[in-house]
Amino acid sequence: MEILNLARQAILMPAGIQDSDIEKIMSRLLSSPVDAADIYFQSSHFESWVMEGGIIKEGTHNIEQGAGVRAVFGEKTGFAYSDRIELPVLLEAANNVKAIVRQGQEVDRSHCKVSMHAGDWPKHYALHNPLKSLADQQKIDLLHRVENETRKLDSRIEEVIVSLVGVHEHILVARQDGSLVADVRPLVRMNVTVIVEQDGQREQGSMGGGGRCDYNYFIDRDTALGYGREAVRQALVNLEAVEAPAGNMTVVLGSGWPGILLHEAIGHGLEGDFNRKGTSAFSGRVGERVASDLCTVVDDGTLQGRRGSLTIDDEGTPTEKTVLIENGILKGYMQDQLNARLMGVSPTGNGRRESYAHLPMPRMTNTYMLPGRHDPEEIIKSVKKGLYAKNFGGGQVDITSGKFVFSASEAYLIEDGKITRPVKGATLIGNGPEVLTKVSMVGSDLELDSGVGTCGKDGQSVPVGVGQPTLKIDGLTVGGTSV
Amino acid sequence: MQNHQQINHLKNIVQDILDEAVKQGASAAEAGLSQENGLSVSVRLGDVETIEHHCDQGLGVTVYFGQRKGSASTTDLSVASIKETVGAACSIARYTSEDQYAGLPDKELLATEFPDLDLNHPWDIGVDGAIALAIECEDAARSYHEEISNSEGASIDTHQGIRVMGNTLGFLQGFASSRHSLSCSVLAQRGDSMQRDYWYTVARNARDLESAADVGKKAAERTLRRLQARSLSTRQCPVLYCAEVASGLLGSFIGAISGGNLYRKSSFLLDALNTQVFPEFVRIHERPYLKGALGSSSYDSEGVATQTRDIVSDGILRGYVLSTYSARKLGLRSTGNAGGVHNLTIDPGKLDYQGMLKELGTGLLVTELMGQGVNMVTGDYSRGAAGFWVENGEIQYPVEEITIAGNLKDMLRNIIAVGNDVDYRGNIRTGSILVERMSIAGE
Repeated sequence: MEILNLARQAILMPAGIQDSDIEKIMSRLLSSPVDAADIYFQSSHFESWVMEGGIIKEGTHNIEQGAGVRAVFGEKTGFAYSDRIELPVLLEAANNVKAIVRQGQEVDRSHCKVSMHAGDWPKHYALHNPLKSLADQQKIDLLHRVENETRKLDSRIEEVIVSLVGVHEHILVARQDGSLVADVRPLVRMNVTVIVEQDGQREQGSMGGGGRCDYNYFIDRDTALGYGREAVRQALVNLEAVEAPAGNMTVVLGSGWPGILLHEAIGHGLEGDFNRKGTSAFSGRVGERVASDLCTVVDDGTLQGRRGSLTIDDEGTPTEKTVLIENGILKGYMQDQLNARLMGVSPTGNGRRESYAHLPMPRMTNTYMLPGRHDPEEIIKSVKKGLYAKNFGGGQVDITSGKFVFSASEAYLIEDGKITRPVKGATLIGNGPEVLTKVSMVGSDLELDSGVGTCGKDGQSVPVGVGQPTLKIDGLTVGGTSV
Repeated sequence: MQNHQQINHLKNIVQDILDEAVKQGASAAEAGLSQENGLSVSVRLGDVETIEHHCDQGLGVTVYFGQRKGSASTTDLSVASIKETVGAACSIARYTSEDQYAGLPDKELLATEFPDLDLNHPWDIGVDGAIALAIECEDAARSYHEEISNSEGASIDTHQGIRVMGNTLGFLQGFASSRHSLSCSVLAQRGDSMQRDYWYTVARNARDLESAADVGKKAAERTLRRLQARSLSTRQCPVLYCAEVASGLLGSFIGAISGGNLYRKSSFLLDALNTQVFPEFVRIHERPYLKGALGSSSYDSEGVATQTRDIVSDGILRGYVLSTYSARKLGLRSTGNAGGVHNLTIDPGKLDYQGMLKELGTGLLVTELMGQGVNMVTGDYSRGAAGFWVENGEIQYPVEEITIAGNLKDMLRNIIAVGNDVDYRGNIRTGSILVERMSIAGE
């Protein structure tokens, strides 16, 4: 109830919207025989600070608020939104979207009655406003300290860029049964990028992290300074990098952020919308083997304070730990309400939207592989010749052909069971339904990423997490230049 | 007339914002305001899937207290919110550092002439009209061939809006513009091979869109030709970037000569001004004043006049792409590129698409690229690709699950030919581009 009251205070009260107004809008939506309807209210405060060239160069503060009104009939969706949270505007929006139902007459469901949902589900993050967790001067001091300490680490450092970003977001969903549910979501992120130079050659290294917590996360346990050290280490390794190999070879992926493999190779292909429509390379394959029996992969929105975690999704469904692949067998898909209803399954709490101005769809939360039994060193030792990829940039997938890429930003040759020379960044490409069948060893060292992931789909960005233990894949194409 | 009134109304708001900033103590300020309305309709398998009514507005303000800067934005344009947003920007400027390069543009660089660039052609298609057109498009794709097995649908997007910006140097301008698009994406299946591809058309005036039937047909053709693609063995060979992906290659070049990357020294083209970056036949220029084009504008996002100019001629880099800030950091003047380039054009060569395939001879035609894979600092380039294997100028079979790699510095220098098969759909206008040699990794 506390969360609901906070969200009402943050969104509805300043706009002067009463429960009776929500009832009016919902009744308007329900006057056509729609299958489902909701109103999504959002208010987000965002700030960012950038330190570069030794000075605090940029600071911004953004406020984004508005409401989206949706009606669903069969596979059809009508949607309208406005950044003005005002009754006449939202009533007009309701009129526009209920027109999605073209046949049938008006029905009398004007009895919609708003009720407060107790929201007695477990909460996966605290209610604090991260923007207020440090005074502005303390944020500035933190940036200065990270910049100073990082710069001291090596004489080859040319530039250090440190950024700090925080979001405090309230959302409130009014559903067709009149129930109101709410969430208050913190999100913070810090990033350190360094450029180093040696004998005229320049390289870059970058490290960051964060989660659904507040800025103290970066101060506690030395987290922020750790980002600086890691960014410098990566940049210096890259100075020594030789040409990356080209061709198909055994690849060992490091733990943590390399889990972007799972996100691209199988995650997107297991989103409910693609599978309902039969457009995914994984469509109709529940119960089939899609990975070696060493692989169990979950999508888990319930992890405490993680970047991809949500207490409830953007349709008001509590998130879950959804098993996607169990011992190599495909178990199920990630669903929002529309696709769950059309496929005759339960929603899994994966209905997410970038904002009130976007329609929800099935999206990942934190996607990771459970640990296996191999010591990571043992995995490296088992490889005669191959690539050890420790850090990655972004990735992309074609869910229909199943082809996916992800780009290594720190990688090494493995020769005779030993990690030898660092190689330049290279893109790795594979086939989603096939790649996990080639996993021959799974490490015991499950690690989640540091909290930097942003996933794009249909032009909508949402924060996500990934993770995995060290993995050995018997054959993946590495896109280097050394043929 | 209605637009004219609305632009004046928004200009008044922007002036109020600037006045408020000065009242709150700012020594200079800049503000931008946009309002946009739109309709998106998508159909799938012959029936409506979504109807979206868009209505966006936003305000951004940057204030300067001497050499200290703060910025803020909001979607709420109420008087109270505007005051609060200006206050937030001012409060931030208390904490940012003195930066000798910060500030509004040089007054003499601000645009003073504002020709009508013919950018605003609202499309009164209506929901029913849009549904009918999208269905016609998707039908054309689905009925094209029996192997077209499924669809992601067809969609129409139509947007029109107004942007106004002003600063305390007295610049206050606004214009209306529109943008419409029609796209279609279908799947094809043969045996175990399932593929998807798409086509789209976009224009400021709906009259200039390709027909719905053509868009559907091209989407179907593009999908069918990918069926039963295979990988290639690892090798080195010439690579032909088709026009749609060649724009990305030029985009990487623009990134490397953009002020932000230059003053941070994170570009593989540092100190390349007046040196040979491309082969001698290459000319790349900006054309901001083209009537009705997607990237046309008489001023950049700071109000600086845009320029019709050569960025590359005779293969030599003649100018950078600079905003006010990055120019000052480099000891140069803004080139009117805050917010990007305007209708960047590479002069087309003599060969059409078929001619370019002949010129390629035996090698890889790339039609799709995946992933980021570009290191701006070093120019190292490695991306996922799909396309066709070509022998003696003839397409042999589709390929996928390969990567192409090289170093951008070498790739740009070793361009062999630019086609006249220009893709006009974006802000970068190029024909297909043939690169002498790249590394292909595959099975």
